[in-house]
Amino acid sequence: MAEINIRKVGKTYGKTTIMDGVSLDIHNGEFVVILGPSGCGKSTLLRMIAGLEEITSGDIAIGGKVVNALEPRERGCAMVFQNYALYPHMSVAENIGYALKVSGMPKAERLAKIEVTAKSVGLTEFLDRKPGQLSGGQRQRVAMARAIIREPKVFLFDEPLSNLDAKLRVQMRHEIRRIHNTVGATSVFVTHDQHEGMTLADRLVIMNKGTIEQIGTPEEIYDRPASIYVAGFIGSPAMNFLPGRIGPDQNRVVLDDGQSLDLSGAARAGAGQLVQIGLRPEKLTFAPAERAMLKARFDFAEELGSGRVYHLKLEDIPLSLTSPEKRPMIEGEVVGLTFAPDAVHIFDGTSGLRLATTRQTAQVSAMA
Amino acid sequence: MRRAYFKFSWVAMALLAPQLLIIFVFFYWPSAQAVYWAFTLEQPWGGGNTWVGFENFRNVLSDPYYWASVRVSVIYALGTTALAMVMAMTLAVFVDRQLAGYKAYRVALIWPYAIAAPAVGLAFRFVFNPNAGILSYVNTVAPGLWDPTQSAAQAVLTVVIAGAWKQVAYSFIFFLAALQSIPRSLTEAAAMDGARPLRRIWDLQLPLLTPTIFFLLVINITDSFTDSFGIVDTLTGGGPFRATDLMVYKIYADGFRGFDYSGAAAQSIILMLLVMALTFVQFRYVERRVHYT
Repeated sequence: MAEINIRKVGKTYGKTTIMDGVSLDIHNGEFVVILGPSGCGKSTLLRMIAGLEEITSGDIAIGGKVVNALEPRERGCAMVFQNYALYPHMSVAENIGYALKVSGMPKAERLAKIEVTAKSVGLTEFLDRKPGQLSGGQRQRVAMARAIIREPKVFLFDEPLSNLDAKLRVQMRHEIRRIHNTVGATSVFVTHDQHEGMTLADRLVIMNKGTIEQIGTPEEIYDRPASIYVAGFIGSPAMNFLPGRIGPDQNRVVLDDGQSLDLSGAARAGAGQLVQIGLRPEKLTFAPAERAMLKARFDFAEELGSGRVYHLKLEDIPLSLTSPEKRPMIEGEVVGLTFAPDAVHIFDGTSGLRLATTRQTAQVSAMA
Repeated sequence: MRRAYFKFSWVAMALLAPQLLIIFVFFYWPSAQAVYWAFTLEQPWGGGNTWVGFENFRNVLSDPYYWASVRVSVIYALGTTALAMVMAMTLAVFVDRQLAGYKAYRVALIWPYAIAAPAVGLAFRFVFNPNAGILSYVNTVAPGLWDPTQSAAQAVLTVVIAGAWKQVAYSFIFFLAALQSIPRSLTEAAAMDGARPLRRIWDLQLPLLTPTIFFLLVINITDSFTDSFGIVDTLTGGGPFRATDLMVYKIYADGFRGFDYSGAAAQSIILMLLVMALTFVQFRYVERRVHYT
């Protein structure tokens, strides 16, 4: 039983407020990824759960018990640090077994457990080495083993993969998920890498400037971003934004360059309201002029191997489109674009918040 | 390790010359002179000498006072080093844990190092004075219990304390720097693993400080063999009855008070060899065990 309840938690250093009224409920056995750019307070939140950082206001409860005043060792959390934080003077076995040694477990029992844990992460032949003699990936495994061996109620990961090369990162990502599934503890994983977030999480928490922007499954966050910030942060290449204004009949959006988009019954917004239209590059397709919903000029293309990223321009607004299709194009050429009606995201032009479309409102209410 | 090689140049020589001259005049020349005197019988007021080979060394090494001096020097070296390093480590751990205003602490704690040894000795002479010092209160309860001018053990204790006090500052700076270079996440990882602060110091910080501890051990022991003159001279003058007659002090006393230049020179050579051997042994055999990577 280790759900984590974070209620209106705030953090201030002197007069600087770095976190303000953050609330989040993490279910037992869930894998939650906190995603955000550096300095958004995600690591601070994790460290507050761990007990390494004091809470200025609010409560954090683990397994139903408020832990605000408890020392890290009393909270039943294990943490994997970004730089691994291995004890350099201890062998791999000693590193893995340190928590057990501190807790006073008899040596024979301890060694047996170290053996089993090391085997589960593939470190058996390295037990006598010092951390300095290991590769980055192996050190990462030691850090994981050190966390696993304690059989914690909660796993905390503080950007544990950011020091690894791309290939190893993917491999360790799978391994972390596998370990989570077998151990069954609650996991909280902090990262700035959206791919890690999307692939690992049961639920994603998007943070920005000390507050939570959105909480949801990766799919929800991708399909229905709650704000321009989330929409622009998740997805690669990033979502295109076209500024415009709701037309007089509320079924059309007039873009700044004069083109208008038919969004029949799309937005619950007043006529004349300023909006931002969000379109994901992968939801845009080329269309012949007569079927085109938008027209733009071709700028340049990036080769991906599996396809291309086409960079277009709508007046001065950059627009990108990904497609497996490889079209020969010349700079300045006018191309027609089309997209499915439900691929359109509409955000309030001033607050940046999502304006629910009627169709999507229907979906949301059906789900609830 | 990479080495840089430079071509011979007159400019380089000219720039080096003043430093070389100083080292020659104040180190090599006197050292060579001491070696020469150690093998001759020097007359107190000049006017010729006689080559006596190892006679001076034989005399020194068969002198029970010399061996008493060696014994008390060893006690002094181990005592001051242990005391200074334990104190410095304790202070550094405190400062490391409570960093607010640490720059002020740091300055305040380095000052004692800048005080000349005779001044330290003089200050402690007041502190330990049996009639007026802090411990004179002991004498009002039990008259005569505290008197370093009478008790050999108490005299040694006062020199050790004064010597340690002077060395604390130096070790403190090194310990603090070393503690602060231990990544914070390491301490945090240990905290997550359930280790309390004292356990963390014992399991984590202390082992990671071993290179620093070793370095300070060498410096402190060497220092306490060679640098104790000022304290002894002002605090006890080697007494009572040679109880604090450290090797360095005995060299001075024999040479300049007893006018036994040759005996003093022989003792100097022995002390020099001792310090060299000590440093060599420590670097050769102890340092090997304190590296991790």
